[in-house]
Amino acid sequence: MVSLKKDSLIIANKKFNSRLIVGTGKYKSMSECAKAIKLSGAEIVTVAVRRVNISDKNKPLLMDYIDPKKITYLPNTAGCFNSKEALRTLRLAREIGGWKLVKLEVLGDKKNLFPDMIETLKSTEVLAKEGFRVMVYCNDDPLMAKRLENSGADAIMPLAAPIGSGLGIQNKINIQIIRKQTKLPLIIDAGLGQASDATIAMELGCDGVLVNTAIAKAKKPLEMALAFKNAVIAGRYSFKSGRIDKILMGNPSSPSKGII
Amino acid sequence: MKKIKKIKIKINGKTKSITQDSNLSIVLKNLKIPLNKVAIELNEEIIDKKKINKIKLNKNDIIEIVHFIGGG
Repeated sequence: MVSLKKDSLIIANKKFNSRLIVGTGKYKSMSECAKAIKLSGAEIVTVAVRRVNISDKNKPLLMDYIDPKKITYLPNTAGCFNSKEALRTLRLAREIGGWKLVKLEVLGDKKNLFPDMIETLKSTEVLAKEGFRVMVYCNDDPLMAKRLENSGADAIMPLAAPIGSGLGIQNKINIQIIRKQTKLPLIIDAGLGQASDATIAMELGCDGVLVNTAIAKAKKPLEMALAFKNAVIAGRYSFKSGRIDKILMGNPSSPSKGII
Repeated sequence: MKKIKKIKIKINGKTKSITQDSNLSIVLKNLKIPLNKVAIELNEEIIDKKKINKIKLNKNDIIEIVHFIGGG
């Protein structure tokens, strides 16, 4: 029997039971965000680093809603368009409270939000040398994924489709090739639109998925969080169970012997 | 009586007038910044939060105070 209890996701020597990572952006309120995280079962959430609002001191803080002692915060570099900005952001993130596990994301284009892989690769090398454990948002390019791995990445996180697009996995072949070549955690990050997209990612052999917009902007975010939780579990079981071979013609499920 | 001199500094992009020779810890205290939830940069250099009461601020200093917010 396949048991998911002993099937933990290990990132940078840390064990997680859930294979769903969720973002904390775009929710209507912090309380909705916190509820969605709970329902999703996620143990890791991405967070952004931004200026404190010094004129409104009573503004609610994310840490008041999501306890970093219970949920692993994964600081990101969203909005950074070069290595310098990304490094500055993550060094600050580490300073907030010792966060070493980070999500690197260096964007190259404001419209399609594709990653700038040259800046991403440069940043990965520096961060790994500084002792960060880096989960890297990247293109679904097997050669670049290999280079990231060789530069000290702790997880490879190729996009399914542009960030926030909801298009689902556009290049299954590339994802499968990356899967074959790496033993690092492979996490689909960005572009998923519905729960079944997460199942497909898991069935391709990915170790996890990272979802934000598809949950936060669903008409019913809490229900969608639950849907993604179950979709990831379904996909993992399906992958572990070994699917049947595809054949062109029909093959009856009932025996042909004894037909009256 | 000695006149209190004021200097201008920038905090998170906003110009603030503070008493000359103020140290960073006083300024952060006045802003009610929860130190355990933020990181601080002074002129693009990260500041060790344990040492803020030893840091004197100068004219035109640029301070950035950041924290975690929702993001994907």
